[in-house]
Amino acid sequence: MLLVPCPYCGARPEIEFRCGGEAHIARPADPSALSDAEWANYLFIRTSPKGVHAERWLHAHGCGRWFNAIRNTVSDSFLATYKMGETRPDSAAAESTQGGK
Amino acid sequence: MRRFSLPSLLSEAFNAHQGWQRQWRDPAPKASYDAIIIGGGGHGLGAAYYLAKEHGLTNIAVLEKGWIGGGNAGRNTTIIRSNYLYDESAALYEHAVKLWEGLSQELNYNVMFSQRGVLMLAHNVHDVQSFKRHVYSNRLNGIDNEWMTPQQAKEFCPPLNISPDIRYPVMGAALQRRGGTARHDAVVWGYARAADALGVDILQNCEVTGINRGPDGAVTGVETTRGPIKAKKIGVSAAGHTSVVMGMAGVRMPLESFPLQALVSEPVKPCFPCVLMSNAVHAYISQSDKGELVIGAGTDQYVSYSQQGGLHITTHTLDAICELFPQFTRMRMLRSWGGIVDVTPDRSPIIGKTPVKGLYVNCGWGTGGFKATPGSANVFAHTIARDEPHPINAPFTLDRFRTGRLIDEAAAAAVAH
Repeated sequence: MLLVPCPYCGARPEIEFRCGGEAHIARPADPSALSDAEWANYLFIRTSPKGVHAERWLHAHGCGRWFNAIRNTVSDSFLATYKMGETRPDSAAAESTQGGK
Repeated sequence: MRRFSLPSLLSEAFNAHQGWQRQWRDPAPKASYDAIIIGGGGHGLGAAYYLAKEHGLTNIAVLEKGWIGGGNAGRNTTIIRSNYLYDESAALYEHAVKLWEGLSQELNYNVMFSQRGVLMLAHNVHDVQSFKRHVYSNRLNGIDNEWMTPQQAKEFCPPLNISPDIRYPVMGAALQRRGGTARHDAVVWGYARAADALGVDILQNCEVTGINRGPDGAVTGVETTRGPIKAKKIGVSAAGHTSVVMGMAGVRMPLESFPLQALVSEPVKPCFPCVLMSNAVHAYISQSDKGELVIGAGTDQYVSYSQQGGLHITTHTLDAICELFPQFTRMRMLRSWGGIVDVTPDRSPIIGKTPVKGLYVNCGWGTGGFKATPGSANVFAHTIARDEPHPINAPFTLDRFRTGRLIDEAAAAAVAH
């Protein structure tokens, strides 16, 4: 089980959280203007990287708030968390400050 | 290839078994092949076998980054069934079950296919309605599936607790008698041996690090840890690493890779006669021929390539097992492990062409690819050889996510895969 560093509550066990999948996928402002391929890209296509990944988490059984996290998908370690609306931190810098493992 | 037969067994029995040859060669990579399969699991080796046997393509290679069968082929819980709801899925999985039924003879290798029956438990009114709908749908598609009362389920699987006072009482079950299990290693080795005998090169410790493309965009070959290899056709059968491999060709996929766990108990005498699944309480259990209880757990909720999952996932499954089978509460678990499964949004696989010429993909099997191994490999080989899909895999395109013609087993089926 992961120890998830909630930016509001601190480190809590994973069972308090829901992972909301890849972060920074903005809903298109005018969906009806999109082609089918662009709409499919928004709905279905995901990065699923082997390495550094930005994803959303919900502290469902805690503060109830959403936040973003940078996590390494090989070591499963969290490199950084940040609040919704904040820009994604430089993942290389995050990795060097918190370590890969 | 030396065939296994009664005379060969007898002669080796009197020869202290010193005369057996190695089952497949360990060749050096050639500079080029007619086709390359990336991924030496059951699906990839099977595709190479059918390419050679049914389509006459023998100048081909299977590239495996580790050892064959060391990925999900060696990590799954070996459940085989074809009782899927939709016509497209039913056709695909039934194609596989029919090939399973003759596979040991075809490969001259005992894959230990055992049609001991797959029992799927219903614990609530929705389960009952959904499973009955499956039974009717399957029968229309010529696939055996029957509804059982709790008493009938108990007769078929005596260890089952059908007491009405457990937390999620058993309200009935669907039984596919032709479902069962097979020996996963034997499937990999059987395909490898048969493909090798037809001239297929199996290249282990050969990780693909790049996919090369020509000026027209078509693939021209791959870069590997054992040097560059040219090929005009590349089939990607890389399971949990499909997103990574396809990324080398610049193709983004509707896939996410999650850890999926399984575990086995200490070996005991035969005590469990069938495969039993309960999607509502999340328990999957059968007994291997070695005597271990083979138990499947669920996926973790986050993307990961770590090949390990959270302990709370396996605990959740064991809670359900102990409630359904009180006799197993003191059973000791021997090993647990994780594999990385690539999951599509509609929980159906993708088998077909890609936007890149000469690049084909067989992926998205999620948590249930083993059962489809022969069928998937068979139609994937057809797709690569003819540059067009077999009628069975024609609906399972990558393009369905653009057209919206999803095969939405996840929502409608109430089944785990």
